[in-house]
Amino acid sequence: MMLDDFLIRAALAGLGVALAAAPLGSFVVWRRMAYFGDATAHAAILGVAVALAFSMSIFIGALAMSLIMATTVSTLSGRGFAMDTMLGVLAHSALAFGLVAVSFLTGVRIDLMAYLFGDILAVSRGDLAVIWGGAALVLGLLAWRWQTLLTATISPDLAWSAGIDPRREQLVLTLALAVVVAVAIKVVGVLLIAAMLIVPAAAARPLASTPERMAVMATLIAATSALGGLRASFHFDTPTGPTIVCVAALIFAATTIGNSLLHRRKGSSAL
Amino acid sequence: MRLIKTEGLSVRLGGATVLFDVNLTLDRGEIVTIVGPNGSGKSTLLRAMIGAVGLAAGSVRRAPGLRIGYVPQQLHIDPTLPITVTRFLGLPRRHPATDLRAALEQAGLPDLRDRQMADLSGGQFQRVLLARALLEKPDLLILDEATQGLDQPGSAAFYRRIEEVRRELNCAVLMVSHELHVVMSASDRVICLNGHVCCEGRPEIVAQAEEYRALFGTGTQGALALYRHEHTHAHDNDHDHSHEAAE
Repeated sequence: MMLDDFLIRAALAGLGVALAAAPLGSFVVWRRMAYFGDATAHAAILGVAVALAFSMSIFIGALAMSLIMATTVSTLSGRGFAMDTMLGVLAHSALAFGLVAVSFLTGVRIDLMAYLFGDILAVSRGDLAVIWGGAALVLGLLAWRWQTLLTATISPDLAWSAGIDPRREQLVLTLALAVVVAVAIKVVGVLLIAAMLIVPAAAARPLASTPERMAVMATLIAATSALGGLRASFHFDTPTGPTIVCVAALIFAATTIGNSLLHRRKGSSAL
Repeated sequence: MRLIKTEGLSVRLGGATVLFDVNLTLDRGEIVTIVGPNGSGKSTLLRAMIGAVGLAAGSVRRAPGLRIGYVPQQLHIDPTLPITVTRFLGLPRRHPATDLRAALEQAGLPDLRDRQMADLSGGQFQRVLLARALLEKPDLLILDEATQGLDQPGSAAFYRRIEEVRRELNCAVLMVSHELHVVMSASDRVICLNGHVCCEGRPEIVAQAEEYRALFGTGTQGALALYRHEHTHAHDNDHDHSHEAAE
């Protein structure tokens, strides 16, 4: 084989995360949940610490802590708290407590950087199974509830009048978010998971006329970023997770600038 | 046939009682309008009836399988969400293209199917909202100040369309409106709301009621007579021509 095994595994891991994160990221953007994604992702580092302390699977620890955080935030948001402040407090406290908790684990030598920024080149066959399993679960959830999720996103009242409970749709997204965070830690790390959700979706916005096209474009952009970032990081010898996000950011800049040049005469742009 | 019935409905929002002991029944084929001053709980009552607001006391009973078409007061679609008119009309259920074309035509709109919702004029947007609600062939159509942002002929045409819809679908219509003169002539029954039901009945009877006059004064009488006079003339060509010409 021309390619080393670990590179193929890395590419497959990146594609798996892209496939789940981009369509979900579209909902995160539409519903203005960017900070919500951040808080959930940052909570995962606390989950990693707990998992290591009790020698559990990292995936389970991160998933559990992300779920707790996502449900907490989701519950609070319905009760009239100042969400912007609340999320800022929760996101950064979770990260801080997580980092402190990890420092207590003297018995194990932990490469903290691997959890903060990802370690896609160290993805094992087992990790791949978890990533693709998680991605399939998230895509399945989104496809199953697409129409109701979209209705509830556009207007909770329109959803209620059609017999759809928007709180249930919010719960579906919360679950999906926790799963994406848990599977993406290995690939981009907790600090950049929110970027994988938001940047491809934002880059796809000017190219799309319907929600479905935006989700598909976001997925293509995320996949291109994952493969392009992997290649670039190999070439320039840079950390892979951040390089993937850099490629996505460059695509975002290209579509956004291209769109505003195109629409300059109309006086309005999509973003 | 009873479509929906509220019994002793009370709603508290943020510690304040917004609605208290509201009893309301709607039958098939009637147009009922809720009037009341700002903050009297009109929108909250509609939202409680679709299930979007929790009740502090009382109940809302719907006929089994009741289909509700809801046209909100305003709908803000986030600019990050691209959506064409066709796609919007397909929520929460998709419909065949021929149905969509017919729905737009009946709403008095040109073929806007590929247009972005964000690019519609205020009047077109409201009509698309109504068209979407009607695609579901509702038993009960609920309109919350649906003519906001429409000019006088536009809103008169809107209410004429509501009367047509009632005939076509034999549905009940429950609406909130501030345009008293239009409402008074287009409704079978008027409910005057101010946290509770102050008075209710046929428009001309409610207009004479002391509770109604206490809330709205007697000045609307003149406007009511004026509208009724104009109502006999048809104005069918009052759609958004100026807007269309500008495209």
